[in-house]
Order: sequence, then structure tokens, then C-alpha cells
Amino acid sequence: MYSFEFEKPSTIADAVAALAAEDAQALGGGQTLIPTLKQRLASPSALVSLSGISEMQGVCVEDDGSVSVGGATTHATVASEAANTYPALAALAGQIGDPAVRNRGTIGGSVANNDPAACYPAGVLGSGATIRTNTREIAADDFFEGMFSTALDDGEIITSVRFPVPQAASYQKFLQPASRFALVGVFLARFADGVRVAVTGASEDGVFRWSEAEQALNTSFSPDALMGLHVNPMNMIADLHGSKDYRAHLVSVMTKRAVAACS
Amino acid sequence: MPKDSGIGASSKRREDVRFLTGAGNYTDDINVHGQAYVFFLRSDIAHGRLKSVDTSAAEGMPGVVKVFTGKDFEGVGGMPCGWEVTDKHGAPMQEPPHPILAQGKVRHVGDPIAAVVADSLEQARDAAEAIDVDIEELTAVIDMKAAAQDGSTLVHDDLKNNICYDWQLGETDDAKVDEVFANAAHVTTLDLVNNRLVANPMEPRVAVGEYKRGTDEYTLYTTSQNPHVIRLLMCAFVLGLPEHKVRVVAPDVGGGFGTKIFHYAEEAFCTFAAKACNRPVKWTSSRTEAFMSDAHGRDHVSKIELALDAENNFVGLRTNTYANLGAYLSTFSSSVPTWLHGTLMAGNYKTPVIQVNVKAMFTNTVPVDAYRGAGRPEATFQLERVVDKAARELGVDPIALRRQNFVTQFPYDTPVALTYDTGDYNGTMDKLEAAADLAGFAARRAQSEANGKLRGLGINCYIEACGIAPSNIVGMLGARAGLYDAATVRVNATGSISVMVGAHSHGQGHETAFPQVVADMIGIDESMVEIVHGDTSKIPFGMGTYGSRSLAVCGSAMVKATEKVIEKAKRIAAHLLEASEADIELKDGQFSVAGTDKSVAWGDVTLTAYVPHNYPLEVEPGLEETAFYDPANFTFPAGAYACEVEVDPETGQVSVEKFTAADDFGNIINPMIVDGQVHGGIGQGIGQALLENCAYDENGQLLSASYMDYAMPRADDVPFYGVDHSSQTPCTHNPLGVKGCGEAGAIGSPPAVVNAVLDALNSGGKAVDHIDMPVSPSRVWAAMNG
Repeated sequence: MYSFEFEKPSTIADAVAALAAEDAQALGGGQTLIPTLKQRLASPSALVSLSGISEMQGVCVEDDGSVSVGGATTHATVASEAANTYPALAALAGQIGDPAVRNRGTIGGSVANNDPAACYPAGVLGSGATIRTNTREIAADDFFEGMFSTALDDGEIITSVRFPVPQAASYQKFLQPASRFALVGVFLARFADGVRVAVTGASEDGVFRWSEAEQALNTSFSPDALMGLHVNPMNMIADLHGSKDYRAHLVSVMTKRAVAACS
Repeated sequence: MPKDSGIGASSKRREDVRFLTGAGNYTDDINVHGQAYVFFLRSDIAHGRLKSVDTSAAEGMPGVVKVFTGKDFEGVGGMPCGWEVTDKHGAPMQEPPHPILAQGKVRHVGDPIAAVVADSLEQARDAAEAIDVDIEELTAVIDMKAAAQDGSTLVHDDLKNNICYDWQLGETDDAKVDEVFANAAHVTTLDLVNNRLVANPMEPRVAVGEYKRGTDEYTLYTTSQNPHVIRLLMCAFVLGLPEHKVRVVAPDVGGGFGTKIFHYAEEAFCTFAAKACNRPVKWTSSRTEAFMSDAHGRDHVSKIELALDAENNFVGLRTNTYANLGAYLSTFSSSVPTWLHGTLMAGNYKTPVIQVNVKAMFTNTVPVDAYRGAGRPEATFQLERVVDKAARELGVDPIALRRQNFVTQFPYDTPVALTYDTGDYNGTMDKLEAAADLAGFAARRAQSEANGKLRGLGINCYIEACGIAPSNIVGMLGARAGLYDAATVRVNATGSISVMVGAHSHGQGHETAFPQVVADMIGIDESMVEIVHGDTSKIPFGMGTYGSRSLAVCGSAMVKATEKVIEKAKRIAAHLLEASEADIELKDGQFSVAGTDKSVAWGDVTLTAYVPHNYPLEVEPGLEETAFYDPANFTFPAGAYACEVEVDPETGQVSVEKFTAADDFGNIINPMIVDGQVHGGIGQGIGQALLENCAYDENGQLLSASYMDYAMPRADDVPFYGVDHSSQTPCTHNPLGVKGCGEAGAIGSPPAVVNAVLDALNSGGKAVDHIDMPVSPSRVWAAMNG
């Protein structure tokens, strides 16, 4: 990797200040950024680690019953600390990568990176979560703007993610055999006011909501309600591990399984 | 009762203590005072003409010692190929040069263009980025069949085409083969691909070159399976150095799987550069470099045809294979699709007429060479897939069809050049049927179906030829090396023993198993025997470890040297006991006079050998013997495997639920180590069958250049294995009666897995004939919905 300055502030304000430097880059758990640096594919002037900011750590339940996860909270922490309050989210976190990844990688890093095959974007979008930053709150529906693209401004830090807790939810992940990212992952959440279905791994546009499935499930919450429903293969990813048609098919299968798991 | 020491005991692997406690000494652990680091600038273009390589900016960068390009190696030899194959018309193979750094053209992504030696690796990388390379991109030659057409772009401009050789084995009369097929009651045909693999040993390759100006001596530390072979090739063919001035050390090596047999450009470079820079030079491969510079494996495209008579006897077999050699000839690449592949096409069957045709192709891809099994998995996969397809087409039991055609009389001369010395294929199949509980399969299938899964049973037989030999025969077949091995047994004065062996241990457990043999022969504790390997300055000239040869070949040399030691020790004992040498018996470390209670201990004899006060004058002092051993034939391990899979009909996901191996390895020295070898081999075979796929796009870009896209098998991809090694027909021509077990699992398992998947799909009403490996979920789903 190229040389860079390293800073590890202990407050959000100090982190924001450090990120104001030209070509400074925020560092979450580094599970994407560090390999990128090692391949010399990025050359930030400074890395600003967010892992020393205590107010961005941990999982808590807010007054309205929603679960709030600090932006620098590792997947392993979510897997254990959200297990009782939001089991489907904890299960999602527990399926990311391997133990080493889960003990370094953070929710803020994953959501800000918006890898089209990452698990968290499906959990955030499927839950209708709110992304809180140092400057504002962004609804999940407005946050993910396509592959590796989000509504975040330069230097903006995800301080926490607030998840409303659904009546039932399930994350169904079909593994890409090499990376074990999601070849297709479906996060389904059933709220009193409706069902949300978010799909990761499948689309060239990154995580998306499958609205036809949501409507069908709002009418009848059963796997059979999805009979005959398919996402359009046109925008699906095609690569070594699966064709567009295969991914489109898996979206249906994984969604049905999520419904079955919630029924 | 299992033995607790010596031959046949599952002695715990003594080397594991240092490996598991972080006390191993790998090449990357070796740092020589004053060393510099080299970074290779590698081509990101698959095929192109080098217009210019401007290093001027790089040379002035901080820390740079020297920048090398292909020009610095003009007049230096290229990387040699160790086996000259003769084509079916009697002409030698086309053998293009393979320079250390690219000259004139780049021929694959990863081909090294320049090398920067600097004080630190980061400085070397910085400087490499300042090298200005102008490449005129040419059409990449990727598809083998297209590459074979007249008018194809040439990988090597000086060759007449991209075909290294067009080779044939077995029946030479095409008309006779045609007649067999024309008269057959049934012909089964199958087109298939044996997928390209990357070996991916846990330890990437490393080389450290050192030059001592005062004595004009070189040392190369390298991740090699065969240090003497590297020294010979590098000295005699590449750099033109006197062998006695060059020491090659391969210390602990973290897995080889074939890919560390070969002499690589980076080794020659570090040795050369150490003198040119007058500093030690170190190279450590990154994982990315490993994907684009370690020799790959397999990559065959084949058509196989099996002819059967009305009674389902195999009457003819014909194969046509395109074998990818990549851009250059790696050290033993030419032998893999020919003498290690065509010769195995008879398998376990007495097919009377066999014709094997192989076109070996140059393409703009990483060179392909031996990978665990090397040619034998490719042969087994074709044969066992076509036999399974024939059974399905004929509606007969796949085990019965195999049994009916087994070779049962030994020795057996195959139509493809081998003589199987011994075996018991029906007996081994009996062991498999019991160990795999095949009788219970129907109930397991019903249980799977109740869970919404399709369950399939795949059967496979294999034979392999290990310990390739003898040297005079392989020499006639084109080998440019001998294939003997050597051992020196050095008995120390106090009775402990150092055994210097030509074989190299990089996971095989030699350090445990070899002493079991020597200790058993003498009757002393295993802990008194230590193996020394991996250093040309310490060991006799041996050929190293590959092709499941170590115990059968080097172990035999070790036995012969130990026999010489015992013979001499008996003469000394006879003197001490004032008895006739013929009356001396050795048992449990005691020399005794037959029929008396007179005896002398091993340690007293060894001490006498080195403190020869009371000593037979006609006997030389000391107790050290060397033996070289050149086998009379290959050894022929064989086995039968059963794989059970579940297929998720909704997603095409395959899960291996049960895997049972019945192998005949002849006599076994350490059953635990043999079980472990088979486990590892099956793991790699399941990897090939279900997961691993080295893929290029049409422009020669490597699509699977990291673990993000190259799927290695993980622990949860494989089941607990059942292994049965009780079928034992000892090898008839080596002193231990051993065969070789290192590659069997990787040879025997891929067809078993694929056969099982197809059985599962067909049981579910999906008439699927074949799916190419890796049998990934997407491919299974496509086949089911095709």
C-alpha cells in the first residue's frame, strides 16, 4: 500500500474534522478498504479510524422499541447483542464472512460501502431503518443509490442505524461459493402496516425492494402468494457464479423461504 | 491389535508439534543479512508485443538497487522443460524458449516484464510503477480448439502452429479402432471438460538468493518439493553455474500439491540477481501473484467413446483430448497429458483396444503442469464418467458393469503401455460396498426425499501409477531426468540415526513415517531416528517428492541403506561376540548369537564402530551407508469410492452427505497418515468437482484471480469421510510392498461426486447426461431446467 497518515479520534467531532483534510478516508473495520489499499487501488492521504469513538459502539433499544446500532459496531457484537431484541438482524450479522471478518467489520463500513452483494444493505432496507449521520437522518429508502453508491456526502459519518423491529423477519442468504457474500440474499420484514422485501446480491443496481412481492404478501402472507411472481432478469448480475436467470430464480426461492420462516 | 510403534503403527506426526506451535521454519522466515527485495512487474495484457520498456525513471527512485528487464538475460538460458514428448509422426514436440523475463512478447497475464530490486519491497513496488512499458496488444489465444486451427494467431511466432505435439498412445491403426466401434452393440460418447485449477498451497512461493563473493558460492532458499532437481535445472540449463558451488535449500514447505515441483523463473532470478547486485535478494509471492504465476493444473477438453458388446463387455475405448499447456512449457508439463494420462486410460478394466489422442496446446494463459494426480485424474474422470453414462444408457447397475469388466489376472499388460503388477479390484469393491453401507442407500434416499431433497449415489473406481520409473524406460519415453531416489543412513556413535533422504516432506509426514521403518528394521525406538531433507548440502542426490513416490522409491533406498548398515553392524557384533557373522541375529536392538544367550546391544556395536579398539581389522570404521534405488516398475494403487449427495431441487445446491473410500495401497507404514492423505485428497477432489474453477475471459483476463471468485473447499463443504484400507495387495517389486497414497483421493473423488449428482437428478426425473465441473448450483439448476 501507499503511505498515509493514520488518525484514531475519540469523538465524532474530531473525526469529522480529520476527514475534512483533502483525500482523507474514513476507516471502519477495513474489511474492504484494507485489501483495496494493499492492492494499491486507493491512495488516501489519511485514514481516519472510527473504531475509537465510544458513542458509535454497541447495540441499544430506544424508547420507542427500535434497535439502534452504533456505526462502529462490529458484526460479531450485533450477532450477540441484538439476538434477543432483533433476532433476524442478529442472524444476518452472524452470517457475514467468517469470525475474523465479523470481529473487525462494522455496520457503518458495510452500509457506507454498499457492496451489491453485502448482507447489511438488505437488512437495513428490508427493515426500513434510518441511517443517522453526524449531520442528518436518512431513510433507508433514500440512502442506497446503486452499486457502491449512497446518499452520504464526502466526510459524512454514519453514527448509528436505527431499526424498527418488525413482528417477524427473516434473512435468507444463498452463498456465492467463493466469497460467501450473498449470491442472492433476501431480507423480509413483516410490520403491522405491511411487508418489506429487500434483495441483495442480485441486481446490477445494488440492493432493491421487490415491490410486487411486497404487494402480494400484503394481500396474503404465504409462500403461495408468490406463485408466478419473478423479478425481471434483465437487471440481474451475471458472472462466473450465476446467470441473470439463475439469480432472478433465486430471488423467488429465497423470498418464499423467508416467508415460510416468518409464518 | 494395532501396533504402537514401528511399521504399521499410527505414530503421531512429530513434525506437527513445530507446525502447530508456530515453530516451523519456512522460506519466508529466512532473512539474510543485507538482503534486498525484488518486485516483478507483470503483464496485465494476455498477449502483446513489447515495443519498449523504459526503466530510466525507476532506476533513480529511492532505495532502488537495480532494475532488470529481458535484455539483462539475453545469453542466459531460459526455463527448461524436463520431458521431450515425441508426437505420433515421430517428430519432437515444439519447444519454444521461456525467458526469465519477457523478451519480445508477453504471453499471459502475469508474465514478468521487469524486476526491481530495492532496499524494501514497497520501494521496489513504487519504482515498478515508474517503469514505462509500451505493449502492442495482440489477439489473445484462449480457446484450445480455435488455437489448433490453421491461421490462428500464434502464441510463439517462431513455431509453425500452437500445437506443441499431436500425440497418440495405444492402437495406431485407426481402421481397426473404427471397426471395433462399428461392430459394437452399444457405444457411449461423452464430451467433457476437466476444469483448470490453481493449486493454492497455504504457503505462497518464496525465493531468497544469496551469493558469497569470497568463495564464489550461491545459496538459494526456495519453496520446493525437490531441491536437487531445482539445482540441476538451474545450474545446467538456465544460469550455467557449477553445481558444487550452488546449494539449494527447501526448508519447511507449506504444501506443494505439484505446483512446487517446477523450476520457476523467480528462483533463477533471485540467484542471478544476488550476484549481479552483490546482495541477497528475496521474493515473496503475494496471493494475487500466485494465481497468475504458479503453474495451474488440469484444463483438458475431451471426447471419450466407449464401445461395448452385446454382453456389456468393454471392447473399445477412444479418446480425443485437447490439453492446455498455457503460454510456456513448465518443467514437467509435457509429460502430464501424455505419459501420466494416456497410460491410465485402461483404468481397472480389461478393454482390449484403446486409442488415446492428445493435442497439447499453447495458449495465452498461465503455464499448466502437474497438480495432485497429474494426468491420472483427467484419465479417471473421463473413463469413470463414460462408464457411468453407459450403465445408465444400458439400464444396468453401475457396480455390476464395472465388476464385469475388471482386470482380474495379474500381472496384466494394458493396451496403453503399463503392466499392472498386482491388485484385487473385486475385493476392494467388496470392502467399499460394506464400508459405505450401500445396502442402506435406499432408506437414506427415502429420508432425503421426505426432506424435499434429491439423493444420489456415485460410484467410482480408479487406478493410479505411482513412483514413475524405471529411469531407463522413462528416458526412452523422453524424460530428461532419472527417477530413482537416494538415502544415506548415518548411525551416530551413541546409536541414534540421521537419515538423509532425497524425498522432501511438505505435508506428507516423512519425518514420522520414515523413522518408523528404520527403527522397526533395527528394533530401536523411533525417537532415535531423525530424517534430514531439503538441503542439497546435506542429502544425497534425490529426485524429491511428487507422484506419490516418496515411500515407494526413496523409502526403498532407505531400506536398502539400512540393510547395508545392519549387515556391517552384524560383522562388528560377530567380532565382539566372537561368533560367526552368519550366526548373528538382530532383534529388538540386540545382536545375539543364534541358539545362545550371548548378545550385544545396538548401542555397543555403534560405539565400537566409531571407537574401534576391539574391532575387526578388515572392516572399515564408522557406520554410514548410502543407497540409490531405481524401481523396476510403477506401483499401482487402486480403489473404489462411493459418494452420496443431496441436491436441492429448487436451487441446484449440492451437498456431499457421505463419502467412503476403499483403497488398496499395499502395505501401510502409518495408517493415520495414510488416512489423512486420503482425506486431503478427497477434499481437493470435492473442491474440483463442486467449487474450484480457474476461468479466463476471451481476452485472456483471469476472472478468478482471488478467493473472491476462486472457490476453495472449506471444512463445511465436506463430510466426515469413511476410509477403508484393509484391501491390501502388496507391491511386488519394492522391499516394503508399498504403493503410494498421496494422490489417490484427488484422483478417485471427482467422478464419484459428479456421478452422484447425476444419479440424484435422474432419480428426480431429470434426464441429465452430464454437467461439467465445477458442478456449481447455477450449473445444476441450468441442467435441471435446460
